[in-house]
Amino acid sequence: MLILTCPCCGVTGEETEFHGGGEAHLKRFGPGSTDSEFHDYLFSKVNPMGVHLERWRHNNGCGKWFHAARDTVTLEVYGSYPAQTLEPPQSVKDAITAKRPGWSWREFA
Amino acid sequence: MSNSVSALNGASANGFVQIRDMGLQGMITLRGDLSGATLKKAVQGAAGGDMPGTGRISLTDTGAAAWMSPDELLIVVPYAEVEAKLSDIGSTMADAHHMAVNVSDARCMFSITGDGGLVREVLAKLMPVDLSPEAFKVGQFRRSRMAQVPAAVWMASDGEARVVCFRSVAQYVFDLLKGAAAPGSEVRYMAR
Repeated sequence: MLILTCPCCGVTGEETEFHGGGEAHLKRFGPGSTDSEFHDYLFSKVNPMGVHLERWRHNNGCGKWFHAARDTVTLEVYGSYPAQTLEPPQSVKDAITAKRPGWSWREFA
Repeated sequence: MSNSVSALNGASANGFVQIRDMGLQGMITLRGDLSGATLKKAVQGAAGGDMPGTGRISLTDTGAAAWMSPDELLIVVPYAEVEAKLSDIGSTMADAHHMAVNVSDARCMFSITGDGGLVREVLAKLMPVDLSPEAFKVGQFRRSRMAQVPAAVWMASDGEARVVCFRSVAQYVFDLLKGAAAPGSEVRYMAR
């Protein structure tokens, strides 16, 4: 069971109040992209053991989307941050580093 | 003319607390920039109370204004006054970007009255929320889920909780509350 804090309304609730929205920080490849870029955008998702960055929606609460950094092994939530960001803020990165030194996730570390 | 009734037309149930469909309740969804001064003025005009802070509800004698999300408020007014309040909001907001909609008939409001601790227990059986008196006080407003459907709750006073849910699930929520308040099923964790 994950305990997530929604950065939009500040509510700390358990997993069933939220809904997972898949991998975070996807870069969209649409019209004009190559077939392989479009394929990767649609289907090539990471499935790490350890640190993972995800999108979540507070669907039984304020209804807003946000990002969360969590650990798929320990189910620890390192932090959540607004959806309108291109990479996790330093405070979240520091929280992950404190528990998982040398972590990396796609281009972030 | 059609005769407007609430989803359960004032149904009530007596368990170890009393559950009652509150009948027709005027409700307005107001979306816009909550930090704006015009919206604040519109809320004060419509609900009569102050602008609620994040996760809070400001209660008045006839209604309330509740914080639903960073860009949405729920304004509770008497059912007969909804249209008048809507046009008030419209004229106050004028050109400011906003949305005000009458959702009175899309939602349903329940009142749960009785011993404060037992009222909290009925809700706590159904919601993944800390409803202890220290964590959930009068003036706080919480949107969450009640068993399988979304619902919002607040304490109107120490001995009364209010629940708002969608009209389409009103019977389900009423049955849930009735079941959770069945005599003999008191947990007595929060109640004295």
